[in-house]
Amino acid sequence: MDQQVTQPVTKAGFSAPKTRTAGDRLILSLIHVWAWVFLAALILAFVVSVPLVSGSSVSFFTVRNSQNILVAITPILLLGLGQTFVIISGGIDLSVGWVMSWASVLSALALREAYNAGLPLPLAVAVGFGAAVVGGGMVGLFNGVIIAKLKVPPFIVTLGTSFIVRGMALLFSENTTVIGLPRGVRDYGNEALMYFVRGEGGGFYFLDKPELTGEMLRRMDRIITYPVLLTALVVAVAIFVLRRTKFGRHTYAIGGNREAAIRAGVPVERHIIMLYVMSAATAGIAGFLSMLRFTAGSAVIGDPLLLSSIAAVIIGGVSLFGGSGSVVGTIIGSLIIAVLTTGLVMLNVPSFYQFIVVGAVVILAVLIDQSRGIIKDRIETR
Amino acid sequence: MASEPVLSIRNLVKRFGGLVAVNDVSLDVFPGEVVALLGDNGAGKSTLIKCVSGVHSPTGGHIIFEGEEVHFSRPIEARDHGIETIYQDLALANNLDVPGNVFLGREVEKSYLGGLLRPLDNKFMLAQTASALASLHAEIPSLEVPIESLSGGQRQAVAIARAVYWQARLMIMDEPTNNLGVPEQHKVLDLIRALRDRGVPVILISHTLPEVFAVSDRLVVMHRGRKVTEKKVGDTNSEEIVQYMVGALDDTRTPAPVA
Repeated sequence: MDQQVTQPVTKAGFSAPKTRTAGDRLILSLIHVWAWVFLAALILAFVVSVPLVSGSSVSFFTVRNSQNILVAITPILLLGLGQTFVIISGGIDLSVGWVMSWASVLSALALREAYNAGLPLPLAVAVGFGAAVVGGGMVGLFNGVIIAKLKVPPFIVTLGTSFIVRGMALLFSENTTVIGLPRGVRDYGNEALMYFVRGEGGGFYFLDKPELTGEMLRRMDRIITYPVLLTALVVAVAIFVLRRTKFGRHTYAIGGNREAAIRAGVPVERHIIMLYVMSAATAGIAGFLSMLRFTAGSAVIGDPLLLSSIAAVIIGGVSLFGGSGSVVGTIIGSLIIAVLTTGLVMLNVPSFYQFIVVGAVVILAVLIDQSRGIIKDRIETR
Repeated sequence: MASEPVLSIRNLVKRFGGLVAVNDVSLDVFPGEVVALLGDNGAGKSTLIKCVSGVHSPTGGHIIFEGEEVHFSRPIEARDHGIETIYQDLALANNLDVPGNVFLGREVEKSYLGGLLRPLDNKFMLAQTASALASLHAEIPSLEVPIESLSGGQRQAVAIARAVYWQARLMIMDEPTNNLGVPEQHKVLDLIRALRDRGVPVILISHTLPEVFAVSDRLVVMHRGRKVTEKKVGDTNSEEIVQYMVGALDDTRTPAPVA
């Protein structure tokens, strides 16, 4: 841990600066980065314990396992991204799980129709993407307008729309999985930017699989699958927007003091509508990617992920009261959940224990966030 | 003192149903002066001020600002004219840092790739904020921390710096020293003097007479919705002002009754 915490620039001002010892500074920085430390400790614990429990041939820290973890977090992360913005602004979006399902169904139907109408596969995939984002975004627009203009609490509005969208997803999918997609769709959802064969080297490839056969093909690891790549792009945009733009600044301001934002001339209603559109659109992208990955549209794919995504956001340090949090925090939160569940599976722990552990971590995260202020006060007033 | 008033309130009336909150009040504010608005609770000070800052629409009378009659239906319209109001609750976002608050709603952006990428110009906003605070002789240890970690007086300084930076032409301050410790109160009074020295007139609402006498040029006392007197600060004393505030003295009544 870096002990040289930079001293704030102090001038003679309203109050004298407080002196802190090196130990105090260490504690203060630890409670700020506890999620990183926790994630590192988790990985270390699994690296050590997995070979002990499951035999020395099994290792937690492999190329394949790290890719599996990345694939596993993409939907949670995408649902959590929009949620991060919404919660920072002081709202909540409970509809993202079913919006993801709805987008999955809608994009599968659109892709199938486009392909059957004679469009080449890449264009049909693009049509599917458009259907997912627009279809999801429309739900967000509905949420946002009712929340911002009609002043209905977001919890209630998004709870209501999640039922509505659930009904629509089941209706459009005729209560079954949407199948009959062209075979090539599978590659978009599962192939990767690079491949790697242990002992043989690797390289880049694009959709067409490298010339590998039999044993080698089985040993091939796909590094950065297209869904992971697209998610990384969306994450990069989200980080930039939240940290560096006027839009991000206004999101924090609305969560911190909505009245002050209004008086300062921030277009608060329009901003809130855009936040819910963004949240639903990223959920739409999650639905689109799951459709690619499973070569099918499913009306039940997203619902179980809603609570995981909210848990990731909270573990990442976003306050449910609004006003604070970051996208990087949400990434860490998602990683913690994914590493936990993957590691516990590799330890042969029955899956219901995973829920218990994740739940405990969520509560722990909030406790640490709360104690942060208390510890800080105690250090500063002694 | 310049001859043209910045703000002229003429025969202003504000009724809420049957209640007359402001009754035929006229008032001038000239460049570079601090006018204190005094009165007991319910005297109509805040209602009068809210008519000027666009929170309330007056029932009757005129508000003339910089020579033109104005009708504000929303606070933002008053701000666009350069009338800044600093409320008791400050209207700052506590989770943003100092430049974040000073530039809230009017952020400065850079532009890359033909306007496709428009990140905030934090460096510029930080420098401007620092110089605005310096011009008020207000010093804040670190500008890049959420302002919830600042003291009440420092937050007042942030609110005032925001108004100054955006070229406020009239500043209205409602109980600015409320809930502040004594050293902080002195600091805020210094800020008010710094504003006056820059030629920005200030309307100050306060209950604290010593502070009013320390910083104001003119005193206006209201009682039950009416303006009962207007005095230069050198022509009166706190005892007399208290008599006006409780209604024992009243210049609009002739002859004034013996207290």
